[in-house]
Amino acid sequence: MAAYAVAAGQAVLVAALAPWLLGWMRAVRARLEGRAGGRFGQPWRDLRKQLRKEPITPADAGVFFVAAPPVLMATSLLIAGAAPYVSTRGPLSGVADLVVVVGLLLLGTVALALAGLDTGTAFGGMGASREMTIAALVEPTLLLAVFALSTRVGSTDLAAIVAAGAADPARVISPVGALAAAALAVAVLAESGRLPVDNPSTHLELTMVHEAMVLEYAGRDLALVEWAAAMRLSILLGLLATLFLPWGVATSLHPAALAGATALFAVKVFALGGLLAAGEVFLAKVRLFRVPELLAGSFVLGLLAVLTASVLA
Amino acid sequence: MGLVRRIRERGRVAQPATPRPEPLPAAAGLAGSVQVRHVDAGSCNGCEIEVGQAFGPVYDAERHGVRLVASPRHADVLTVTGPVTVNMAGPLRTTYEAMPRPRMVVAVGDCARDCGMFAGGPGVLGPVGDVVPVDVLVPGCPPEPAAIVAALRGVSGR
Repeated sequence: MAAYAVAAGQAVLVAALAPWLLGWMRAVRARLEGRAGGRFGQPWRDLRKQLRKEPITPADAGVFFVAAPPVLMATSLLIAGAAPYVSTRGPLSGVADLVVVVGLLLLGTVALALAGLDTGTAFGGMGASREMTIAALVEPTLLLAVFALSTRVGSTDLAAIVAAGAADPARVISPVGALAAAALAVAVLAESGRLPVDNPSTHLELTMVHEAMVLEYAGRDLALVEWAAAMRLSILLGLLATLFLPWGVATSLHPAALAGATALFAVKVFALGGLLAAGEVFLAKVRLFRVPELLAGSFVLGLLAVLTASVLA
Repeated sequence: MGLVRRIRERGRVAQPATPRPEPLPAAAGLAGSVQVRHVDAGSCNGCEIEVGQAFGPVYDAERHGVRLVASPRHADVLTVTGPVTVNMAGPLRTTYEAMPRPRMVVAVGDCARDCGMFAGGPGVLGPVGDVVPVDVLVPGCPPEPAAIVAALRGVSGR
């Protein structure tokens, strides 16, 4: 029972944290660009207002358009609850393994891509095709990078990997860890639609990926899509943080350990988000046809990590 | 690294914010969050330069909760510039109808109010108010970025 409460708490934590993380990242960016920038809570204000506005379904849209926002939100909530962010003693510990988490991420991506196609607009289809191209190149890297860590644990269960890392930090700081972290970091950037793969603040339809698919959403549906997209960023940064900086993740269900782990998780995700936002100031978006080169590079890093893990083991 | 030094030396270029303006009662439901879609209905692009400045680093409308978006479906406020030309009347109407309620229109510039120097020209249909209902008018040829920011702050209430 307590394990289920922890999982629900994790889902609520990620859902509540995600808009704040977005606000914090925008603030860091604005500060470095010399602007004053919005407040940290601005994404929350935007969501609150959009939830009150009327949703509009385009005349030509069908069931995929209507279904995508709830599906995207549900997959995000499920991953947020199941992954070992705060505690490695989740209720779904046997089920919440790496393949399931990556599969759920992909399910959300595919749902949104189908919705983009469903609107029948030129930009929706274009965004969907780009998103699927990127997803097809990113998912193998996501899997491979974590496989490098799982070979030594002997399990693809994320909770087991994190628990082993928390028990023995020397495992994480190793050539394998460094290679896998680099591979996963690039994959996370691409999967969450950040620079240099996609520009989250673009208004130029021809360069959009994520934005192009959601152009037709309005009101409540848009709020769900934007909220879920923000949660995916938190989820992916959280995965990066818990896999490669596993210190402080609770391995018991003791309240004090859980409270400390919650605070530490927030600190880690916000630190990574700040680092990402600061890094983005120095980056330009990569030309779409060069994105596969970048992702192939990260795949090679992941492959090297797996090879190193099996050779050094 | 040149960029790091420039960031450190330049610091903040945004002008200090003026006191909060009186919020419009019609915009109470927006609660400090305004997404703006811009339509050029036939302007000379003078107003576009000023609108661009309003969202630039110096005037920085984003700190007042105002953001430009790429789709009318995401927008609460439609900013329109220029006299409405015959060819742009349809797209302007379509854009307005694509926006979810509650929606508002901010007409930017003298041309949007009374066609300005283009009044009576061939291909000019009329002022913005003839095509879509206008809630806020920003006078000027072109209006200063500060005036545009002030009008948008009235809508966002911040």
